[in-house]
Amino acid sequence: MEAETILSLSQIRKSFSDTEVLHGLDLEIGRGEFVTLLGPSGCGKTTTIRIVAGLERPDSGRVILNGKDVTDLPPDKRRVNTVFQNYALFPHMNVYKNIAYGLKIQGVDKEEIRRRVKEMLELVELPGFENRRPAELSGGQRQRVAIARALVLQPEILLLDEPLGALDLQLRRQMQRELKSIQSRLGITFIYITHDQEEALNMSDRIVVMREGYIEQAGTPAGIYEHPATRFAASFIGESNILDGRLGEREGEASVFETAAGRCLCAAPTAKTLPADTALSVRPDDIQLTKEPPAGFTLSGVIEDQQYTGSLLRTTLRLTDGTVIKSNRHGRLLGQMETGQQVYVSWNPAHAAVIGGYAPAEKEDSRTVCGEAEAKA
Amino acid sequence: MKRYTGLWGKLYIALILLLLYLPIGVVVAYSFNASKSTAAWGGFTLDWYISLFSSSEYTDPLLNSLLVAVISVAGAAVIGTLAAVGTASRSFRTKGAFESVAMIPIMIPEIILGLALLSIFGLMDLPMGLPAIVLGHITFCIPYIYLVVRGRLRGIDKSVLEAARDLGASSLRTFLTITVPLLAPAIGGGCLLAFAMSFDDVIISFFLSAPGADMLPVKVYSSLKLGLTPEINALFALMLLAILLLLAAGLGAGAIYRRASSAGRKTAGKDGLEDSTAV
Repeated sequence: MEAETILSLSQIRKSFSDTEVLHGLDLEIGRGEFVTLLGPSGCGKTTTIRIVAGLERPDSGRVILNGKDVTDLPPDKRRVNTVFQNYALFPHMNVYKNIAYGLKIQGVDKEEIRRRVKEMLELVELPGFENRRPAELSGGQRQRVAIARALVLQPEILLLDEPLGALDLQLRRQMQRELKSIQSRLGITFIYITHDQEEALNMSDRIVVMREGYIEQAGTPAGIYEHPATRFAASFIGESNILDGRLGEREGEASVFETAAGRCLCAAPTAKTLPADTALSVRPDDIQLTKEPPAGFTLSGVIEDQQYTGSLLRTTLRLTDGTVIKSNRHGRLLGQMETGQQVYVSWNPAHAAVIGGYAPAEKEDSRTVCGEAEAKA
Repeated sequence: MKRYTGLWGKLYIALILLLLYLPIGVVVAYSFNASKSTAAWGGFTLDWYISLFSSSEYTDPLLNSLLVAVISVAGAAVIGTLAAVGTASRSFRTKGAFESVAMIPIMIPEIILGLALLSIFGLMDLPMGLPAIVLGHITFCIPYIYLVVRGRLRGIDKSVLEAARDLGASSLRTFLTITVPLLAPAIGGGCLLAFAMSFDDVIISFFLSAPGADMLPVKVYSSLKLGLTPEINALFALMLLAILLLLAAGLGAGAIYRRASSAGRKTAGKDGLEDSTAV
């Protein structure tokens, strides 16, 4: 990490009634970073932040916050605050008392509390809401109060557990922008949980893709989108075409990749020790369809379906070996090709990422492969 | 829901209400009866109220009963609430068994409990009298509070408690500032229930009483042998009034509470319990 490390999790393991949900998780987070833990439900992301908050104790491993080992500290002894998924506002207190709760415990004097609560209410754009009860607020307003209540304590890290999950799409988009702007204004480290890849892509400095208690890949949104390291990362973040095959010889900037349907080109992998059996990930937007065979590619298929959405033309093809390829091209290309027509498939080799592992029947296997690929990269 | 709007429906309801409340009405009416006999109406008088308070024959037992009820309910409220919170927040192998055992004092016949308390207090050389009665009453008051509080506790969102810890509250502070206020309606409801049970208890009080420490229900029960006196009617009329006032206050407080935090139930769960226990 470029920035100074504020949180470091090392070898965190956690089981719930004999099921291990985190298998030795390692993660470093820099000061001021906006990190998103992204993964389907049950991938261990909530458990991870509950361990950071101190609401859950890891079975083994250490949590180092700002250079200090806090693994065994209770939640009230850590300068980490949480915005809970269901807001968890105190129903018997009004907005003012909710936000002032933590300050009061710290023994901050009344005038100062008043000032800071007011400041927070302005930050979350709810001035004048002091005397409302949580029951009298809408979902979005409760969300803002929950954020104000956590931020007013000026935590070193703010943990947000799917904070926008219960909001409708429009409000969600608005809150995404506001959260991002609050974060960059205050410079507080955010660890944000979501299972919504779009949310992760547009808010984060860094995304940590998790699956079944492992970190699949960590990197910038663009880095993960353009160079997914694993089959899961490729298909969970955005749409992806995955082609199984063997990596062949280098050909200049690119490498040859042999699939059952034919030969194609991909970006030469930096890792030397990739196994011969591997797979390619190509985004639907990067697929080019031509009537003439392009240089370096021998993939061809039959157009099965074309969907016109105005801006996009979504085409589904089936390659000669049965692999289904999805392509998104500009809507203006409608009418150039017919359903049932045979076309050639190609792409810019730089846009085809080699992803580790061949048909990950065994999770453990594919993981070692990814680990190696990452280590060498 | 079908509404009883027809003439027969109204008559039917009137009859039921009459049967329910006529005896109570008679007691109240006779408390103002100048005739000492319960068989005849001898004109209006307040004499029985005056004579009720001019001797300590009934007022002392009344005060004893109130005192015992208040202390027992307070003790049971603390123990019952802590028991409910304690068992809810952790899981242990004998939890089911514990919860059943906690119900025993209201499940077994009261006469057995009275006998059991008498024997154990005898073994411990504990003198009979008000302190013993208080201990006995606490025993059977706990389950009422435990039951009601446990029910409400299930409706409280655990993340609200975690949020308090997360914001820096120690577990004790979380309990006092979050758990107890959220449980207050249930604790109050449980206390009313337990108070009613303690205040009109005859059997356990009878087993544990000592001369000079009469409890009102026991006193009334034993004076029945000499026939119902008009003073008892006056006393019951006053108690009825007190209960009606309490009920009105309870309903009023309930309405205010609901208006103030009507959506507390969104996060704090169902308030149905508090409604059913307030009645």
